[in-house]
Amino acid sequence: MSMRLRLFLILILATGTVWASAVLWTRARTEAHVERVLDARLSEAARMVASLIADNSIDLGAAAEVVDGGGTQPAYAPAADYEHRLSCQIWSVEGGLLGQSEGAPDGRLSSGPSGFSTSEVDGQAWRVYTAEDRDLGIRVMVADTMEMRENLVGSIITALVLPAGLVLPALVGMIWISLGRGLAPLDRVARVLSSRSASDLTPLPDEPAASEVRPLIEGLNGLMTRVASARESERTFTAFAAHEIKTPLSGLKTQAQVAALSSDPATKDRALAQIQKAVDRTDRMVRQLLDMAAVEADGSGGDEAPARVTELLDGVVEDLTSLARVKGVALYTDLKEICVLQCSRPLLLGIAVRNLLENALAAAPHCSEVTLIMQPIEEGRNCAIRVRDHGPGIPADELAQVTRRFVRGRQAKGAGSGLGLAIVDLAMERLGGRLTLTPAEGGGLMAELVLPCVAKQGRSRPAAAVRPTA
Amino acid sequence: MRILIVEDDDVLRDGLVVGLSLAGFTSEAVATRSEAEAALEAGGFSGMVLDLMLPDGSGLDLLVRLRARGSPLPVLMLTARDRPHERVAGLDNGADDYLGKPFDLQELAARLRAILRRAEGRADGRIAWNGLVLDPARMEGEIAGEVQSFSPREFAILRALIERPGAVLGKSALEERLYGWQEGVESNTVEVHIHRLRSKLGAAFIETVRGAGYRLASEQTRKIA
Repeated sequence: MSMRLRLFLILILATGTVWASAVLWTRARTEAHVERVLDARLSEAARMVASLIADNSIDLGAAAEVVDGGGTQPAYAPAADYEHRLSCQIWSVEGGLLGQSEGAPDGRLSSGPSGFSTSEVDGQAWRVYTAEDRDLGIRVMVADTMEMRENLVGSIITALVLPAGLVLPALVGMIWISLGRGLAPLDRVARVLSSRSASDLTPLPDEPAASEVRPLIEGLNGLMTRVASARESERTFTAFAAHEIKTPLSGLKTQAQVAALSSDPATKDRALAQIQKAVDRTDRMVRQLLDMAAVEADGSGGDEAPARVTELLDGVVEDLTSLARVKGVALYTDLKEICVLQCSRPLLLGIAVRNLLENALAAAPHCSEVTLIMQPIEEGRNCAIRVRDHGPGIPADELAQVTRRFVRGRQAKGAGSGLGLAIVDLAMERLGGRLTLTPAEGGGLMAELVLPCVAKQGRSRPAAAVRPTA
Repeated sequence: MRILIVEDDDVLRDGLVVGLSLAGFTSEAVATRSEAEAALEAGGFSGMVLDLMLPDGSGLDLLVRLRARGSPLPVLMLTARDRPHERVAGLDNGADDYLGKPFDLQELAARLRAILRRAEGRADGRIAWNGLVLDPARMEGEIAGEVQSFSPREFAILRALIERPGAVLGKSALEERLYGWQEGVESNTVEVHIHRLRSKLGAAFIETVRGAGYRLASEQTRKIA
């Protein structure tokens, strides 16, 4: 249901209810008033008839006629539908009918004592006032029909409701048009939005007239800015990735052409070996690009669940053992100090540690060692995962740069994609941890991941003793 | 024709060195901008193949500095960034040619030959001397109506001699032209190749200058334009 229709129905319902209540209230009030006024007239007339009889100034029959003006010529001719003559009966106390007016019914109007009463005579409802004169021994009953009273009230209400009823369609129309005008800013926003292309993320025009719409516009503009910047970074990333993949591809192509063009078997073999190397490297780069996309898509948030990561890290280390063997690097792990991490997505941690280890193995010289240590720090509140190599390290002026995407260190010699540390950094951001790179004591690089723990587990050493020395 | 290759990806760098050697070029390859600066300082290059993105700086900056020093060295930029505005930036900053990755090795060699030829002030790709018309693109020469083909090494030496006909090139200068090949230059390699060249071109085509080196004999009879 459209907002306009909904508002319209609400307004019509509300207006209708108010109106109906007003009509009912007016009707009740009018009825009460009319009853009081007419009752007063009944009693007055009854007393008048009684006093006329008491004064002997009129005979009983004529006295009864006084009330409906039958005896005298009325000064004006009342309209037929407003004709509300009173009826009068005069009864003796003993119960004999002494006289009655022309319009009075044949049956006795009231059998009750003096005062007001209602009765039904000859199928008509009557309102009766009975005045008893004990001295004269008569009862004077003056009455009018309930029907007449209802007609009177009805005509008053009709007079009130009729013009209102005529105004109602106009009111409905006005409400409908006003709603349209009032909701116009929203319509404009909707039109602007629906006519836009998917790539148009420019801010919406401001609606100065409608302060209620402005938060909506501001919200939408804020969202568009965020979407635009996310899209921009995605586009940059894609462009970078496309460029970055071109270099290993042209390496492959060149080596393949060398193998095809050369007639020397040794040169051919060498080119083929280079092709294998390039394929491995391109494979790693593609995997890292996918990792990057996976880490990015993971978003932040999610349920924080305790996770034991020892098995996961063991798996990562196992995957890399053959690479370490090929490179002639000893890979030592110390995961005995078990930490239970406050980590919703252990997979991201796996990706991060894998990248750190791959970097360390790439940097490590032949016959050196790479160590992976996990231990609780800060009295078990956090867990540190450290990867250390004995490679050339990262020059101090590059430390701040290397976590940016596609930035390779000078020492890297083009072997990596420039994504590894960016992935680690992003994964830590998603996991609420942090990555620090420091020159290790005695050369090499110390990469440290610090992640929040659920609670301290295992032996916990004093915090100072396990802090990185650098 | 010694070419300086500046490329940080080691597989591609290796492919360029070997691939260009198959096309008759001798090359020296470096991976970083600072190494490239040092190599340029040492000199002795006829041309440069330059990657745009280097680990320690931009290849474009290197090129701008090179041109600021007044060097006319022919430079071919080789880069993954090959959108039109990037090509324009490269060419306007002093590159002689621009090739996007991935490229065709033979196209690279042809473009290199073209910019080197232009740098020598020649429009024709072929070089003529003393009855020999040398076609660097094919590593072939025509002499006395007969087509002779040369091995890359023979060609490298012949090319070095024909660049400045009449000038004497020492053994070490010729060895340098063979530098960068995978196998080391053995002591007699230059002599072996000179011998083979003489058997293809006639014994008198290359003269031995005792104690100094080799040079091409001066033009005697037919001059082929």
